[in-house]
Amino acid sequence: MNRSNVVTVYLKELRDSLRDRRTLISMIVVPTLMIPGIMLVAGVVSYMVVNKAREEVPAVMVLGGNDSPVVRAALTADQKIRLVPATADWKQRITDKQLRAAVEIPAGFDAALEHGDATVLKIFNYESELRSGFAVGELHRFFNTYREKIITARLTGRGLPAALVKPFEVKTENVAPPEKVGGNVIGGIIPYLFILLCFTGAMYPAIDLTAGEKERGTMETILCSPVGRADLVLGKFLMVLTAALGTVVFSLLSMGLTFMLGGLLFAKTAAGGAAVAAAKSGAAPMLPTIDPLGTLTVLAMVLPVAVLFSAVLMAVSLFAKSVKEAQSYVSPLIVVVILPAMMGMLPGVELNTRLALVPILNLALVSKELVSGVFHWHYLALIFGSTCVYATVALAFCVRMFNREDVLFRT
Amino acid sequence: MIEARNLTKFFHDKKRGEIRAVDNVSFTCRPGQIYGLLGANGAGKTTTLRLLATLLRPTGGSATVAGFDTVANPERVRASVGFLATSTALYSRLTARETIAYFGRLNGLTAAEVAERTRRLADELDLHEFLDRRVDKFSTGMKQKTSIARTVVHDPAVLIFDEPTIGLDVMTARNIVRFVRDCRTRGKTVIYSTHVMSEVEKICDVIGIIHQGRLVAEGPLADLRLRFGEQDMEEIFVRAIGGEEVAA
Repeated sequence: MNRSNVVTVYLKELRDSLRDRRTLISMIVVPTLMIPGIMLVAGVVSYMVVNKAREEVPAVMVLGGNDSPVVRAALTADQKIRLVPATADWKQRITDKQLRAAVEIPAGFDAALEHGDATVLKIFNYESELRSGFAVGELHRFFNTYREKIITARLTGRGLPAALVKPFEVKTENVAPPEKVGGNVIGGIIPYLFILLCFTGAMYPAIDLTAGEKERGTMETILCSPVGRADLVLGKFLMVLTAALGTVVFSLLSMGLTFMLGGLLFAKTAAGGAAVAAAKSGAAPMLPTIDPLGTLTVLAMVLPVAVLFSAVLMAVSLFAKSVKEAQSYVSPLIVVVILPAMMGMLPGVELNTRLALVPILNLALVSKELVSGVFHWHYLALIFGSTCVYATVALAFCVRMFNREDVLFRT
Repeated sequence: MIEARNLTKFFHDKKRGEIRAVDNVSFTCRPGQIYGLLGANGAGKTTTLRLLATLLRPTGGSATVAGFDTVANPERVRASVGFLATSTALYSRLTARETIAYFGRLNGLTAAEVAERTRRLADELDLHEFLDRRVDKFSTGMKQKTSIARTVVHDPAVLIFDEPTIGLDVMTARNIVRFVRDCRTRGKTVIYSTHVMSEVEKICDVIGIIHQGRLVAEGPLADLRLRFGEQDMEEIFVRAIGGEEVAA
């Protein structure tokens, strides 16, 4: 191997690529502006939607209960529920989202309570619909309070303390550090984004430097120079790797800034309410964060994956005669990359020795732990080592492809 | 010096089966000589030239270029050859100077040598005006001049030109033909492939006519005129490949 030739090819490809608008878009613009932009907009929009839904006083219909004026009056008096007149098409109205929920009060409800008989209330809702969920929450709150009032009245009537039926209270308090919470909340998304960006970052230059050169006629020009095939492949490969890693680094920096800005916003607005609630319970308000060392380790673990992606993409693209043909070969590979990355996001899929040998999935799984600040060194070594082996094989395959004239001069 | 001995190249095609692109071709081209390689489209010229430039490996036979075997020492061969073909394009996002420098560095020249060669080639090929402009803004003539500069930046002993004047205006074509002649004067071994018969008559010392992968006629222009009883190069070519019906 002639290192000087490898460097010469690499520097030329770097200069050439940096003058290419499409490479700049895929390497810099998409990860730095688009991805955080989409995340920020999605976050703000979902925050606004949830807040708006929370502020709405839900329309609830009471079915039956005409012989129970006491409970009906209590429901009507509740400020957080808006009662609407009963109609026969209540189910359709819930489906049409004109009505958030309905509550069925059985006949003789007031009388049953008076005599101490057990009775059953039914709440009808639209499962998984946000506003319907809030309405059910409000109904539960109302009836729980109503039940407690009745219990307290019954106990007082018998001269017994209220604590008789409530001997203790249960309070939940989080002791997990913020990065663990953050790791669980966003830990699955970060490696997924890294893997996807690493692949898409390598995709365009890999095609451009192989099939693109064949199409433009520059491949033959470089092949008739004395530079060895392995040197040529390495020079080009380093450029593709630079683009893949550059995309990841730019996205990391950009996402870091987005989280910082988002965190500040969150601290000023949402956390305000949380702080009040936390002050009541005596706990400190907490923002979800991610472990910075873990995130940097994820970046290090991405390196052999980037090598693997770059080599495979180059080898596949080289086989194509044109950019268009290369795109048709490479596009399905996105699915091959996304599937294991998505599997890593599934709850319950845990890292073990066998899964540590599955490329991409192993990175997705270990990254989830890393951003939570959990370091399983033996898994890290196994994943890094196995991915390096796969990457070396892919690179050797790429060099082999560059030595095949039926691939280089395919007509 | 180029020596081809029974050079053979077969390709395999799923539909057409075995294709004999180059079939037992033997010829010699000496230093200070321009060898004109003529043939219709698909006759096997480009494949022959690619074999000599080590872009393809021969199925049979052998070739030595500047004393190196094309199979045993392909990198040494490429270091001794300047190869210019219609299929060797330029990097559109580089300038002419960057292109020349890139190929100079890959051929082992130092930065100082690259600068000196660039200056000399810019003088010889009249490149100064567009030396620092990007190739994608060039006319066909500018591109071809830059391609020639790229081909000869390392001052190779052997030059292979495949249709170097195709698509050029008269003045640029004359400029390039003059440059090829100068190469001969400087003792270079030159193979010149073209469809322009007037160029063959003007500059080639030895002419080889290739048809369906075989070398069907070879010799100096005077010998070919005697053999085929024709003065005009075009008529000689048609007669050599077996008449107009065959050519069609």
